[in-house]
Amino acid sequence: MGGPELDTLIQLFSRLPGLGQRSARRVVLKLLQAPEARMLPLANALAAAARAVRTCEQCGNLDSQSPCSICSDPERDRSMVCVVETVGDLWALERARIYQGLYHVLGGTLSALSGTGPDDLNLPPLLTRIETSNVGEVILALSATVDGAATAHWLADRLAPSRVRITRVAQGVPVGGALDVLDDGTLATALRARR
Amino acid sequence: MEWSAAGIVLSAVPYGEGDALATVFTEDHGVYRGLAKGGLSRARAGVWQAGNLVELRWVARLPDQLGSFSGELVHPSAALAMHDPLRLAVLSSACAVAEGALPEREPQTRVFAGLLHLIVHLGDGLSGVAPLAAWELGLLAELGYGLDLSACAVTGGRDGLAYVSPKSGRAVSEAGAGEWRDRLLRLPPFLHGGEAAPEPEDLLHGLRLTGHFLARNVFGVRHSPVPAARTMLADRIAVSAAASQGR
Repeated sequence: MGGPELDTLIQLFSRLPGLGQRSARRVVLKLLQAPEARMLPLANALAAAARAVRTCEQCGNLDSQSPCSICSDPERDRSMVCVVETVGDLWALERARIYQGLYHVLGGTLSALSGTGPDDLNLPPLLTRIETSNVGEVILALSATVDGAATAHWLADRLAPSRVRITRVAQGVPVGGALDVLDDGTLATALRARR
Repeated sequence: MEWSAAGIVLSAVPYGEGDALATVFTEDHGVYRGLAKGGLSRARAGVWQAGNLVELRWVARLPDQLGSFSGELVHPSAALAMHDPLRLAVLSSACAVAEGALPEREPQTRVFAGLLHLIVHLGDGLSGVAPLAAWELGLLAELGYGLDLSACAVTGGRDGLAYVSPKSGRAVSEAGAGEWRDRLLRLPPFLHGGEAAPEPEDLLHGLRLTGHFLARNVFGVRHSPVPAARTMLADRIAVSAAASQGR
């Protein structure tokens, strides 16, 4: 369309989540309107992140240091570890600012269909952390799907010998949600988890 | 082309960013695949969980096309099973076996009725395992690999049936087993008319019995392994059986 450089750029952007060919073209056009102000800083930031960001060897989080800033924060409550599926889930919990413990990113859930087995999950660092440090509670914050629930049950079985307290995040009525629009499954789960 | 029917979701694999490739099982259309648009969205993901009973509508321009599904939840079996590991394992196993064993787009009325009864009446703990093994026995029969549990293959007698030949699939009585006893599969009473509540060991024998013939006759001929969900269920029951024996 406008030379191989632009085509390559549009192709690369269109592979990102939420972007297709059309939106990738819009992004590229917006960047090209102010190359100095938008494009070069973006290119520099991408290059810097690609060089610096790595996976934390203790929890699986993404950070420019390993152990990550959460694992190395002395203010964090080290007696609690919250197990999440992805780094995106970790960011969601951090955004809420309601949890001050540590995290562990599992990297997915067990799934027979996608072929994800126990060996594909980032479990050994969690077992090591439980064995070597003073962890009192493991919070399983996995998704409320069949795969998420199966993984939570499997993980609870695996962690049972360590005698740490294992809890799961609650499931039910969302804040601001009206009962009449909830599906039957959510209502059943909410009623079961009443207190 | 379109049809509407109640169906059981057997699986839903992510497709693209927000869609899912769903496999469902209906009474009149058998196992069917289709694209569930928005099936991974926050609003719809709960519907496309394996085991759920859904009122489905399938639409395609031509009959041979993949087509697309829309669905409304009728019975949330998945959500009801999530709190209990064994109940969830039974549900996952049944869906995985149905998906792997049944041919596409061929009505299987009796298998569907059995699976529907299983998922709607599924209880907590070990209570769902015996109905699952019985359903698998029916599934084998519908696929043409039914076991002959009517009489002993050795003596011809109808009483005291306790084993099944792993080769012929015919029942063998305690008296007829003789020196081959160790090579035969145990036939738990609950699979041939016994009314007593099965012990965990009986359930394990039941799953081993149907698992052997599923592995050999259904999955083996396709060179595919028994679904992981089925294996994980058998492992869980083995742990329960070992614990009950240790008591």
